[in-house]
Amino acid sequence: MSQSISSQLVNLLAAFLLLLAFAMLSQRRILTLIRLFAWQGAALAVSTAIVAWSTGQTHLYFSVALTLLLKVILIPWVLHRLIDRLFVRWDVETLINIPATMLIGIGLVIFAFALAAPISQMANTLTRSTLGIAMASVLLSFLMMIVRRKAVPQVIGFLAMENGLFFAATSATYGMPLVVELGVALDVLVGTFIFGIFFFHIREQFDSLDIRHMEKLKED
Amino acid sequence: MEIALVLGVPLFGGLLLALVGHKRWAPELNALMSLVSLAAAALLTVRVIADGPMTAMEEQFFVDPFNVFLVALTALVAFTTALFSRPYMRIEQHHGRVNTARLRLYHSMYQLFTFMMLLCLLSNNVGVLWVAMEGATLTTVLLVSLYRTPASLEAAWKYFILCSVGIAQALFGTILLYFAAEKVLGPGGTSLLWTHLYEVRYQLEPTVLSLAFVFLLVGFGTKVGLVPLHNWLPDAHAEGPTPISAVLSGLLLNVALYAVVRSKVLVDGALGRNFSGGLMMGFGLLSVVVAAFFLSRQKDIKRMFAYSSVEHMGIMTFAFGMGGPVAAFAGLLHMTVHSLTKSAIFFTVGHASQKTGTQNMADIRGLIEQSPAIGWGLALGSIAILGMPPFGVFTSEFMVLTTAMHEHPWATPFLLIALGVAFAAIFGKVQPMVFGETTAHRLPHPPALIPVFVHLGIVLMLGLYIPPYLVSWYRQAAALIG
Repeated sequence: MSQSISSQLVNLLAAFLLLLAFAMLSQRRILTLIRLFAWQGAALAVSTAIVAWSTGQTHLYFSVALTLLLKVILIPWVLHRLIDRLFVRWDVETLINIPATMLIGIGLVIFAFALAAPISQMANTLTRSTLGIAMASVLLSFLMMIVRRKAVPQVIGFLAMENGLFFAATSATYGMPLVVELGVALDVLVGTFIFGIFFFHIREQFDSLDIRHMEKLKED
Repeated sequence: MEIALVLGVPLFGGLLLALVGHKRWAPELNALMSLVSLAAAALLTVRVIADGPMTAMEEQFFVDPFNVFLVALTALVAFTTALFSRPYMRIEQHHGRVNTARLRLYHSMYQLFTFMMLLCLLSNNVGVLWVAMEGATLTTVLLVSLYRTPASLEAAWKYFILCSVGIAQALFGTILLYFAAEKVLGPGGTSLLWTHLYEVRYQLEPTVLSLAFVFLLVGFGTKVGLVPLHNWLPDAHAEGPTPISAVLSGLLLNVALYAVVRSKVLVDGALGRNFSGGLMMGFGLLSVVVAAFFLSRQKDIKRMFAYSSVEHMGIMTFAFGMGGPVAAFAGLLHMTVHSLTKSAIFFTVGHASQKTGTQNMADIRGLIEQSPAIGWGLALGSIAILGMPPFGVFTSEFMVLTTAMHEHPWATPFLLIALGVAFAAIFGKVQPMVFGETTAHRLPHPPALIPVFVHLGIVLMLGLYIPPYLVSWYRQAAALIG
C-alpha cells in the first residue's frame, strides 16, 4: 500500500468518525448510542493501524490493541451490562431539539477546521489533514454532553471525547509516548467503572438516572 | 532513591489500607503512613538542598526548587490532615454517617490521593502529570459522595463530569505541546519531559504553543477552580467529609496551579511576549472579584470557605501571571500560607459543624463558650486568611498588591475592593459563630487541635520571619518561573 492510498484511507476513516459523531448527537436510543460508540472505537483502531503499518511506528500497535480491547469490546460491554441491570433503555431526552443541535454541530465543525488549519500546515505527518476532524469530534462530543439530560449518554459523550483526543494524537504526532497512552487508557478504564458505581448510587437515591434531579445545589 | 520512597510509601499505604482500612486502628495506620511519607519528603528536601536539582529513573522523575517545596508542603498537609481525620472520622462513624466499608474506601483513597498529588509534582513527563491529575479526580470522587446523600451525589457527579471534561481539554493541550516539541526534540519519550522542554523553550513553534496554552489553562484551570470554571468546587468542598475539603483546598488546587505555571514558563519562552501572563492575570482577577462577591451570599460554612479558596487561587494566578521575581515569590509564599491556613480553617470548621450538628452558619453559635480552642482556632484562622498582619497571608498579599501597583495599576482597585468585600463577608459571619450564646455540644471523641495550631503557628512565623533557607529556596523557584 503506497503512502497516498493509506493517506486516502485514513481520510476516509476520519470522515467516518465525524459522521459517527453526528450520528451520536442525533441518536435518541441508548442502545444504539453504545453501538455507535463501539463503531467509533473500531474506526479509530483501524485508522491507527493503517498509520502504524504505513509509517512503521510500531508503538502505535499497542495503541491499536488498547483501543480495540477497551473501546470496542470492554467498555461497550460494561455499558450494556449496566443498562441491562438498570433497565434504562428508554429514549433520551435532549435539552435542545435535535435539528437545532445538528445546526450548532455544523457551526462547531467549521470553527474546528478554522482553528486547526494553521496547525495542520505545520504538521508533516501522513494524517495532518485529519487534525481538524479530530478537533471537531472532540467539540461535538462536548456538545453532546451539554445537551443530554441522562447520566448514561453524558458518559458516552465523555468517552467519545476521549476517542476524539486519541485521534488528534495520532493525526498530529503519530501518537503520544507509550507510557502516556497506557496511563490515559488506565484512567479511562477506572473512570468507566467509577461511572458505573455512580449510576447505582444515583438510582438508589433518586430512582432515576435523570440528572435534572441533581440541580439542587444552586448558587444562592 | 528518595523519590522512590516518597512515591512508594503512599502507594503502598493505599494498597495496604484497601485491605485493612476498616479495622479499628486504621486511622492510626493512615496517619503513620502519612508520617513516613513526610519523613521521606524531608529526606528528599535535604538531599536537594545539598546536591541541587536532580532527575531519576531515566529522567522520568525530577526535582528542582519549585517542585521540592511543593512536595514538602503536600506531605506536611497530608500528614496533619491525617491526624485531624483520625478523631473526625471516628466521630462521623459514631454519628452513623459512615460504616466500616466506607471507612476502608476512605482510608485507601486518602493515601492514593496523596500518591497522585506527589506523582503530579515529581513526574518529569507532562503526559504522566496529566494522568496523575485525572487519577486525583478519580480517587477523590467517591470520597466526595462518601455520605451518599442526594446532595453529596450531586456534588460528586458535578465534580466528576466537570473536572473530567476540563482535564480532557488539558490532554488536547498536551498533545499540541508534544506536537510542537517533537519538531525540535524528535519523536519518542523525551519530547514530553519538562527538563528537555525547558531547554528548548525558545525554539518551540509559537502559534502551536499559544493554542496549547489556552487548552492547558482551561484544563488545569478547571481544577484550580478559576472562574468561570469553578462550579464544581464549592459543592465538592461542602458535601464531602471535611478532611477531603481540607486536602482539596490545601493540595489539589496548588498542584493544578503548579501545572499551569510550568506550562506558562514554556509558552513565555516560545512566544517571547506576555501572552500567557495576560490570560492568567485576567482569569485570576475575575476569580478574585467574583468569588469575593459570592462569599457574602453563602449560608453553608464550608461553601463559604470554598469560595474563599477560589478567591485565593485567583490571587496566586494573578501573581504568577504578572511574573517577575517579586510577584513569583509572592505567589509561592501565598501558595504555602493559603494551603496551611485554609486546611487549618477546615479542621476547625469540621469540628464546629460536628459540635453543632449543622453546616448552616446561622445555627452555629458561640463556639468559644463550649470549646475555646476550636472557637479561637476558627477566629484566628479567619483573621489569617483575610490577610491581617502579622500572619503570612498579609505578607504575600502585600507583595502582590505593591507589585500590581507598580506594574499594572489598573488592577489594584479591583483587588482592593475584592479583598475589602471578602473581609466584610467572612468577618461578619465568623464573629457571631465564635462568640455569643452557644449551640455546641460535646463530642464523643476529643477533637484534633494540634494540627490547627501547628498550621497557624507556621503561618504566623512566616508573617514575622521567613527563615533564610526558605527565602533562598523561594528565590530559586521564582527565578525558574519568573
